[in-house]
Amino acid sequence: MSEHTLDHHAHDHHDDHEHHHGPAKGIKRWLFATNHKDIGAMYLWFSFTMFMLGGFMAMIIRAELMYPGLQLVDPNFFNQMTTTHGLIMVFGAVMPGFVGLANYMVPMMLGAPDMALPRLNNWSFWLLPFAFSLLIIAIIKAFLGIADAPNFGWTFYAPLSTKYGPESTDFFIFSVHMMGISSIMGAVNVIVTIFNLRAPGMTLMKMPLFVWTWLITAFLLIAVMPVLAGAVTMMLTDRHFGTSFFDAAGGGDPVLFQHVFWFFGHPEVYIMILPAFGVVSAIIPTFARKPLFGYASMVYATASIAFLSFVVWAHHMFTVGLPLAGNLFYMYMTMLIAVPTGVKVFNWVATMWRGSMTFEVPMLFAIAFVILFTIGGFSGLMLAITPVDQQYHDTYFVVAHFHYVLVTGAVFSIIAGVYYWLPKWTGRMYSEFWGKIHFWSSLLSVNLLFFPMHFVGLAGMPRRYSDYALQFADFNWWISIGGFWFGLSQLILLKILIDVCFRKKGAQATSEVWEGAEGLEWTLPSPAPYHSFTTPPLVK
Amino acid sequence: MAQKPTQYYVPDQSPWPVITALSLFIVAYGAASFIQQNSGSGLVANDGSSGKILLPLGLLGILAMMFFWFRDTIKESLAHKNSSQLDVSYRMGMMWFIFSEVMFFGAFFGALFYVRLLAIPWLGGAGEEAMTHELLWPNFQAMWPLTVTPDGSTTEAMPAWGLPFLNTVLLVSSSVTLTIAHHALLAGNRAKLQINLFITLLLGFAFLFFQVEEYMHAYQEMGLTLDAGIYGSTFFMLTGFHGMHVTIGATMLTIMFIRTLKGHLTPDNHFAFEAAAWYWHFVDVVWLFLFICVYWL
Ligand code: HEM
Ligand SMILES: [Cu+2]
Repeated sequence: MSEHTLDHHAHDHHDDHEHHHGPAKGIKRWLFATNHKDIGAMYLWFSFTMFMLGGFMAMIIRAELMYPGLQLVDPNFFNQMTTTHGLIMVFGAVMPGFVGLANYMVPMMLGAPDMALPRLNNWSFWLLPFAFSLLIIAIIKAFLGIADAPNFGWTFYAPLSTKYGPESTDFFIFSVHMMGISSIMGAVNVIVTIFNLRAPGMTLMKMPLFVWTWLITAFLLIAVMPVLAGAVTMMLTDRHFGTSFFDAAGGGDPVLFQHVFWFFGHPEVYIMILPAFGVVSAIIPTFARKPLFGYASMVYATASIAFLSFVVWAHHMFTVGLPLAGNLFYMYMTMLIAVPTGVKVFNWVATMWRGSMTFEVPMLFAIAFVILFTIGGFSGLMLAITPVDQQYHDTYFVVAHFHYVLVTGAVFSIIAGVYYWLPKWTGRMYSEFWGKIHFWSSLLSVNLLFFPMHFVGLAGMPRRYSDYALQFADFNWWISIGGFWFGLSQLILLKILIDVCFRKKGAQATSEVWEGAEGLEWTLPSPAPYHSFTTPPLVK
Repeated sequence: MAQKPTQYYVPDQSPWPVITALSLFIVAYGAASFIQQNSGSGLVANDGSSGKILLPLGLLGILAMMFFWFRDTIKESLAHKNSSQLDVSYRMGMMWFIFSEVMFFGAFFGALFYVRLLAIPWLGGAGEEAMTHELLWPNFQAMWPLTVTPDGSTTEAMPAWGLPFLNTVLLVSSSVTLTIAHHALLAGNRAKLQINLFITLLLGFAFLFFQVEEYMHAYQEMGLTLDAGIYGSTFFMLTGFHGMHVTIGATMLTIMFIRTLKGHLTPDNHFAFEAAAWYWHFVDVVWLFLFICVYWL
């Protein structure tokens, strides 16, 4: 251990001081990592791996749905693919992706040397591969035809997951427990870093918006991951210890499961989008060469979204037969969320207004985010209208909605963030040419993939089925083409990352990297030193 | 806060977190296997015996890791390697951790209220649910505690004013003695600290003892079990998780007691004590809610 002091003579007695300035050698650097950049890099690569794995499952789903009738897989296996696709993408790709960005960027943006609790940080990360091993073992068994993987949908409603869940359900339950511990510990670390490690002069209202959004996300995580843990615990005891939480015969209620799940689930969708707001709010001002419009209103909008996210959960349950007053309450609350969301979209557009814009790859993804996320927000508003949701619920319209907010929203923002900060992390510029190809290819394919889902959904095609009525055939063929195309396009990103990270290709990046970039992270050299700031910078 | 720090803390690498994660994986795999191999619920046909080996193995790993990890932390603290900034980080971390625990209990309290206030009245035909009642269990009577479930299994309700009340008194007094111990620690009065910490421990273990008594009584004489319907489910899950937390808290305080005997924990360096104390108070407050909502009302 060493302490870095402003007064460099004060720590001469630390004989072990010097060797901490560089990384440890070999595998230990990663296994025993306490450095925020090493851990951030591991999170991001983990996220990308899961993105590929979940994407592979999506390809199977789309291959089956390309034509009506059953051709590739049996319905039970199809259910396992939709379930594990959703679980892996939500818990394995999107969430760790954002935690990776937070690990890398929050200390740099605050002028800190590292995260506040580096060993806890290591634990948070390493829990994830182990947690997912539990799930992946089940998936491998499913592919080999030995046993069923979870097959009840990523929302694992009781009684599908209690009375009727396969053997792998219990492993899944413990896997969720481990992911939960990881998320909670990670979130504690982020909050403590933000509250305790800000450089002198970095007041709360001077923090970059990415830090703000992560502060609020971390709060949401600590508030709702334990509730998810409670839900899976009740599942476990209902399955094996005779409790009747979700069993009406014993006085419980299967609908209780949905309440507990969505009390977690709705804040969870904001956990996946608030950091995205932060990334986009960092990128747009840079390439519009104008400060972010309405900084304070962005902060308040984020906070009110987070607050409201606790009182809208039953908009996922409009068709289960809640009392009318309940349905109405959740309808109005849900619509209310659109207000702060609208404030944000307005601010991003106003930031670009009359800016001197350039369109490097991060900016392209950020602009696509603003437009396509807004489409997802609008379909969300349609779904929020209780009477019409009776028709839309559990159709492809819902699938279209959440893929717009999650793929063109959350995932696009992670990709944008990676392009934006990659030169800072590696010291090398990525290939703008390949980046642009990646962008346009992704943009066109993702819309071919998800836009027609609105149509088949409105026409009544139910989600989570391996077959469909003939009238949906043409659209589904195009959707599948879009799916394969989008999946393949992501290999371009893989190529770009390998070029920059491992083949060391690309021009040397300057400290500032982007002409219009502002913030502490751009005052550090590229790549940033191992311990970001060893002495606190002074923020005016 | 933003103004103070002039020095930054950068810790050594540590092998313990990743091995803890591995141990937890073994626990998870072992627990799932063990439960399947022994539950007799008939849901799954897993007739191996791997759980018996893996579960204890993993738990042993976790205990060992806790020992090594905490040992390192204590060593660093005693060597005064920790900055005051790190001390603040620890404190904040502990507070947010306790908040997450509050939310965990919140899930089970939420289930309790939902069932009492909505699900059971609906099963009994309240509101617009007359047909639910008619079609599912027309003879079912809504009540709380739910001593007769819709499918007809019966149990007795746990009265509040016997052992539960005694336990309330024990736990509240233990919070008081712990606070006295805390003040003594701050004042540098070691003897008073140790005596009060010791009394706290006695009260805590007495609580656990009576809790076990109560469970045995429930299982053997009252027919109140985990599978006695939703009343038994909420009763045992809430009080059970609470009891588990008391056990953890008591273990933490025991370690603090041993550390005071070794001369650790000084008026200006005692984060561990405070963390354990906060945890204890949290467990105490949860109990008060339990006493009111589970036993009394
Ligand atoms: C303006 C904001 C939004 C509104 C009004 C909204 C509204 C809704 C509603 C009413 C549903 C339920 C539809 C149904 O099942 O019938 C829904 C589903 C969903 N939303 Fe949103 N939403 C919004 C933003 C978001 C965001 C930002 C995300 C994630 C980043 C998201 C993710 C989801 C997901 C994953 C589902 C489907 C869950 C499932 O059943 O599998 N939503 N949304
Ligand atoms: Cu929602």
